[in-house]
Amino acid sequence: MGILTSSIARKVAMALSGLFLVFFLGQHFVINLTSVIAPDTFNSWSHFMGTNGLVQGLLQPVLIFGVIFHFVMGFVLELRNRNARAVNYVSYKGSANSSWASRNMIISGLVILAFLGLHFYDFWVPEIVYKYIESNPEDATRYFPEVVHKFESPIRVGIYVIAFVLLAFHLWHGFSSSLQSIGFNNMYSRALKGFTKFYAIAIPLGFIFIALYHHFNQLSH
Amino acid sequence: MNLTLKIWRQKDGTSKGKMVSYKVSEISEHMSFLEMMDVLNEQLVNSGEEPVAFDHDCREGICGMCSMQINGEPHGPDRGVTTCQLHMRMFKDGDTITIEPFRAKAFPVIKDLVVDRTSFDRIQQAGGFISVNTSGNTQDANSLPIAKQAADEAMDAATCIGCGACVAACKNASAMLFVGAKVSQYALLPQGQVEATQRVLNMVEQMDNEGFGNCTNTGACEIECPKGISLENIARMNREYLKASL
Repeated sequence: MGILTSSIARKVAMALSGLFLVFFLGQHFVINLTSVIAPDTFNSWSHFMGTNGLVQGLLQPVLIFGVIFHFVMGFVLELRNRNARAVNYVSYKGSANSSWASRNMIISGLVILAFLGLHFYDFWVPEIVYKYIESNPEDATRYFPEVVHKFESPIRVGIYVIAFVLLAFHLWHGFSSSLQSIGFNNMYSRALKGFTKFYAIAIPLGFIFIALYHHFNQLSH
Repeated sequence: MNLTLKIWRQKDGTSKGKMVSYKVSEISEHMSFLEMMDVLNEQLVNSGEEPVAFDHDCREGICGMCSMQINGEPHGPDRGVTTCQLHMRMFKDGDTITIEPFRAKAFPVIKDLVVDRTSFDRIQQAGGFISVNTSGNTQDANSLPIAKQAADEAMDAATCIGCGACVAACKNASAMLFVGAKVSQYALLPQGQVEATQRVLNMVEQMDNEGFGNCTNTGACEIECPKGISLENIARMNREYLKASL
């Protein structure tokens, strides 16, 4: 078994792709937050992200690769790990020694994957159609009304909220776990672990707030 | 106290096993779990039945021989003890106790609750040693200065008794806490540096070849380890492995 296919190499690859997605999530949140506090800024930042050659030509393909790599590797590891125990326990008390979030990353991951399907259908596919299939002219003011329109439906908002709760579970274990996987666990890493737990709660809660804000803001108008 | 025991019975490695219920009575709360098993076996022998096979040796919590998944946890519900040091006071009169072998593809069942843990031996043989001449030329231990913290952490790692509870507890049947401890105890000391690169590469390769699962950092191993081996040892092994690979 080569070094690149060893259990530790897989674990590190999973951790690095996860850390990359954690970083992406943070910048996505910052841009989304501007839709609440400054719609014009949201429009101009979205326009930049949607039209900049470097973002579209390099960062977007890297991101899509990162997402696909993370979930494919997640499935591969899950299957291999299930295979490592041929006969299951009659009685297995996982709750006595580990958190639900840590034992069920595949469940929270699958929910996030399903959400990504909806999210792509909601935003990415219409964006590609608008820009590259219908070849519509660039309009730097269209982004904010499009986002607000998407959050009209209470069902869609409900699905988003559920997905973000599962995202919080996924990050709760995944973020700090990725640091352990790349070998960062010592007396100095406790504060950083605290930050990962804060991030795991704060970012999904922030996304939930943005979705609910746009939904209820429309109801009040 | 009177107890109902649900125990995994399996004639040999190729037979299909099943859970069988037994009643034991007048169990003293001062007994160890293995003494309770002795009472059951005496009862079975007296009634002409096959006694339950289980591993044990020192019964002092230091040899790493006893195992058993008790009520869904390796070495039972108490913390920092092996099955031989688990006392019956941890249970109540009338309890039903489920007893299974440590489960992992790399720990095949030999009979009943006895599993083959020689996969751990093969991992040790792949690199868990230092090559030194011990034929009468042993130097004084104090001639090689070692920082107190490194000595303490190496000692903590070396307390691993190789019982396999980490594998049994892990939802992925991963052996990384065991291998992490064995890599760490040498990586922290100057004597271990010479063979450090090959050691970690060989031990991890052997671990993978044995069919253990991959660590997902649930931390179950650290909680269930009777010797309190820390997850820091897995992080150190990962660092050692990356250093050796790059």
